[in-house]
Amino acid sequence: MSKIRALVLLSALASMSGAVIARAETIHVGVTISTTGPAASLGIPQRNSIALMPKEIAGQSVEYTVLDDGGDSTRAVANMRKLIDEDHADAIIGSSTTPASMAMIAVAAEKLVPMISLAASASLIAPMDAQRRWVFKVPQNDSLMADAIAAHMQAAGVKTVGFIGFNDAYGDGWALEFDRAAKAHGLKVAASERFARNDTSVTGQVLRLVAARPDAVLIAGAGTPAALPQVALHERGYTGKYYQTHGIDNNDFLRVGGKDVEGTILPAGPMLVAAQLPDSNPIKAHALDYITRYEAANGAGSVSTFGGHAYDAATLLSAAIPGALAKGKPGTAEFRAALRDSLEAQHDLVLVHGIATMGPQDHNGFDDRARVMVTIQGGAWKLLP
Amino acid sequence: MDHTIALILVQDGIVNGAIYALLALSLVLVFTVTRVIFIPQGEFVAFGALTYAALDGGQVPGSLWLLCSLGPLAWLAGMWRQRRGLNAASMLRLTLGTLVLPGVVTALALVLAPRKPGVVVETLLTLAIVAPMAPYIYRVGFLPLADAPVLVLLIAAVAVHLAMLGLGLLFFGPEGSRASGFSDAVLSLGDVTVQGQGLWIVGLTLALMGALYGFFAFTLVGKALRATAVNRLGARLVGIGIAQSGAIAFAMAGAIGALSGILVAPLTTIYYDSGFLVGLKGFTAAIIGGMASYPAAALAAVLVGIVESFSSFWASAFKEVIVFTVIIPVLLWRSWRRPVAEDDA
Repeated sequence: MSKIRALVLLSALASMSGAVIARAETIHVGVTISTTGPAASLGIPQRNSIALMPKEIAGQSVEYTVLDDGGDSTRAVANMRKLIDEDHADAIIGSSTTPASMAMIAVAAEKLVPMISLAASASLIAPMDAQRRWVFKVPQNDSLMADAIAAHMQAAGVKTVGFIGFNDAYGDGWALEFDRAAKAHGLKVAASERFARNDTSVTGQVLRLVAARPDAVLIAGAGTPAALPQVALHERGYTGKYYQTHGIDNNDFLRVGGKDVEGTILPAGPMLVAAQLPDSNPIKAHALDYITRYEAANGAGSVSTFGGHAYDAATLLSAAIPGALAKGKPGTAEFRAALRDSLEAQHDLVLVHGIATMGPQDHNGFDDRARVMVTIQGGAWKLLP
Repeated sequence: MDHTIALILVQDGIVNGAIYALLALSLVLVFTVTRVIFIPQGEFVAFGALTYAALDGGQVPGSLWLLCSLGPLAWLAGMWRQRRGLNAASMLRLTLGTLVLPGVVTALALVLAPRKPGVVVETLLTLAIVAPMAPYIYRVGFLPLADAPVLVLLIAAVAVHLAMLGLGLLFFGPEGSRASGFSDAVLSLGDVTVQGQGLWIVGLTLALMGALYGFFAFTLVGKALRATAVNRLGARLVGIGIAQSGAIAFAMAGAIGALSGILVAPLTTIYYDSGFLVGLKGFTAAIIGGMASYPAAALAAVLVGIVESFSSFWASAFKEVIVFTVIIPVLLWRSWRRPVAEDDA
């Protein structure tokens, strides 16, 4: 009996010391995303994508700790402090939404830990200042997408546009960006309406839009809720062009929208139509690899571009780690500072959403290659030339 | 704005108002009988809508498993409560209601769901899956607290709301669903087109209100519920069981919630967390009705629906603000007219 106990104790001690040794060698990545709450449709595929990342980079084991913040800024900040103080995170990925990410910037700067946000707003990384030095962002800037929409409208002969957006930071951000892009392309915004994700009816807003008789309508919503105004416009007999933002590009939107969303035009990250990209595009192979692996783990048709952002963040981090290892050991302040510098030095890095070239003033790094124009045809996404 | 737009907005407001009216009625019912402010009412709407949408798509809804786990829990709670006065008849009743019923419903759902049995069967099946959860929750969560102050019951209701919200995400996923409606017909009346689904909603609401009136006015159970609402102690003295009336009130609330969900699912996309806001608007109406009067609550619900549809036309960015601000003058007026005595029974 006592022999067995001694053995158990010994093995426990051995495994503990093993853990201590491993700890010094392990790179800890803290992830806080919204796997519950209103942004759960972003957070869940993001969590699944993190699970696909390699557990070893340049001979160092990498450990991802994923926490849920429910889209709440307070919880996102608490999670971030916990990840840094208790789990000794060398880098933070998150959060899924702009407001939560915005609140995390101050913590990143205070603790001197690099952070990669999965939220869209350009205000997270611009204007560049002492705090934002530590913040990177993988989704495309709204301005890039708004310009693409406005340019497409101008080319299609659209003169007046009706805008209907989410009644939150996403819709407001788009209203501002699109106003700017519309002016630049000689378009007139004839009506600007708001709706909420959980609205049971948008009849009032739709009547208003139809009454303004715009040549095209732009709907700025994320995920399946963005289908509601379009279905309602259809019912009221609106016959102009429909534009959506890249917030809708998951398969659930096609399921909910059905035949009412046929012919919609939207800008999107290239991974949405990866299979249709020309073979010369380096994004194609990388994105197809991600899609295949994601669907192998989570079922056919489950992939969404939101998960792609998390994959991009982790890929970006993996690319930066070898450079940082030369300057310091994981778990030290030197390593974190070197990691930040290395992230900023990434050049022509192929991601599923584009090709990133970072710089001291640009912590997103995407250019025109990070967007394609897509339409919905026969219940599927189709790349527009 | 011309009269056509006004008519369309009124029509839209009445259709939404009918849903709020159903929810307001069940909130008033549950509150008067059990003193519980039934926050999870909205979750029953979402569960109803999403269960119906899953059946409509030929899938077995995840909420079925919640029914299967709540039933045995309610059985245990019931057995514990009757541990001193257990007799064969009451045990049989309890077992039939909490173990046999979910079993039968589960078997039916597993057999019928992949066959897409059509609107009527899907509706009945949804009601059979979602509605019994309410009395089970009552037996497990609220009956042991039956004599607690209103505030404690409210906090328990918030806990149930949060638990159901989380389970909803687990069962139905973060994305929403739409279902096919009872009717795709569109009627033209002059300038205005009326959708068949809207007529169904208003018609069923009116029919349900009539049925409720008949139930409370003419049946023994209905009268027992009214007696409990008027005076709990008095009702007990004349032999009306609080547990029974509470369970019946909850079952009716669950069924009304699920039915509202089924009705609203073809109109809009419903998410696991859509129910709360819908329920809150029903709650606004119930408050305007003083949490006591059914006709006042129903009328107020239609008012809320119309205010909502007009504010979405004029100032869509402030729609919710306007809708919930309506409650303030009403509360002021009520408290001036009749100072409310604190209920700490």
